[in-house]
Amino acid sequence: MQVRAIFGALLLVGVVAAPAPANERDDAKTQVQFGIRVAQLGLWREALAHWERAVKLDPTYAPAYNNLAIGYEQQGEFEKARNAYEKALELNPNNTYIKQNYELFKEINDRTNK
Amino acid sequence: MSVAAIIGAACTNYYELPIETPIKAKLDVGAFQRVLVAGFLAGGTDDVDGNLETTRLLRSQLRTKSELRVIDADVLPLMDVAASDRKADAGTPLPNPIKDDKDLDQYQHVFADAGYWKKVGEEYQQPLIVTGTVMFTSRAQTQMQQREQEVFDTLGRRRTVAERRLVERKGFGLTGRFVFIDGRTGATLHSQNFTESILYDANRQTPALSSYFELMDKLIPNFLATLSSQKIKGTRILLN
Repeated sequence: MQVRAIFGALLLVGVVAAPAPANERDDAKTQVQFGIRVAQLGLWREALAHWERAVKLDPTYAPAYNNLAIGYEQQGEFEKARNAYEKALELNPNNTYIKQNYELFKEINDRTNK
Repeated sequence: MSVAAIIGAACTNYYELPIETPIKAKLDVGAFQRVLVAGFLAGGTDDVDGNLETTRLLRSQLRTKSELRVIDADVLPLMDVAASDRKADAGTPLPNPIKDDKDLDQYQHVFADAGYWKKVGEEYQQPLIVTGTVMFTSRAQTQMQQREQEVFDTLGRRRTVAERRLVERKGFGLTGRFVFIDGRTGATLHSQNFTESILYDANRQTPALSSYFELMDKLIPNFLATLSSQKIKGTRILLN
């Protein structure tokens, strides 16, 4: 009886003390926004880390992949950039911004492979 | 576009940001401190001296856009070098001047003459040697052009109809290759082909030399990218 009471009390404390279940999309959005802020300051490596975190939190969030692709492009990591752009387009094929970014990327990538 | 996509697009914030994409050099030139743009096998139209102009242009580009020290030297008479090689082989004389690609092909063996290039390298303290071929030729082409024509019917109503016609266009073509040779060994390190052309309205008079520079302008970024890392400036849209 006593054990049950203790277990019940612990469970109650646990429920109250635990953070609210994280909404992956909101967390991913927060990471993406942080990334944008630091990218605007020219801190691209830092930005990349936030966007990498964002796609882990929500692998269905196309803007995170778009930004990740741009970050890789800025670092000269073309293969990773291509994969990220393709993933972003797979998730959101109608987004004109992503399409435009990808076209510009391809133009540079093709030039380097000439 | 689906409703979800419209809502999604409407909710997306975007930020346009400048980026600089780094492009690695295709050729590792770390072993060289100097570069000798030696000269080119050139042919085609007589209006432009492809050998001299290409050598001058590449030297000036390398002076400002690469870390290699550019050697100022007389342009090598590569046609003569190739011709004397052929004489030594007791072969048939080479065509002079070079009028087309077939003529040019007969001179190409000069780039494989490692002994000759090694000797050139020794003369200039073993630099990276840049050489190659340049064919600058005039071109003419008939193209189909479509334009809107304004017509009036019997009642005086205006309408437009598409009119297609053949137009004569004239211009120039620039083809060839850049050859990069190790001045220490005379061996070819890398070679890259190029081809560009430009056509104008037949009634436009464009001097050959300005067309040549217009075409070279298109080739230069790729040439420089072979020797040195570059950063390509652009903008991209970040999304949230």
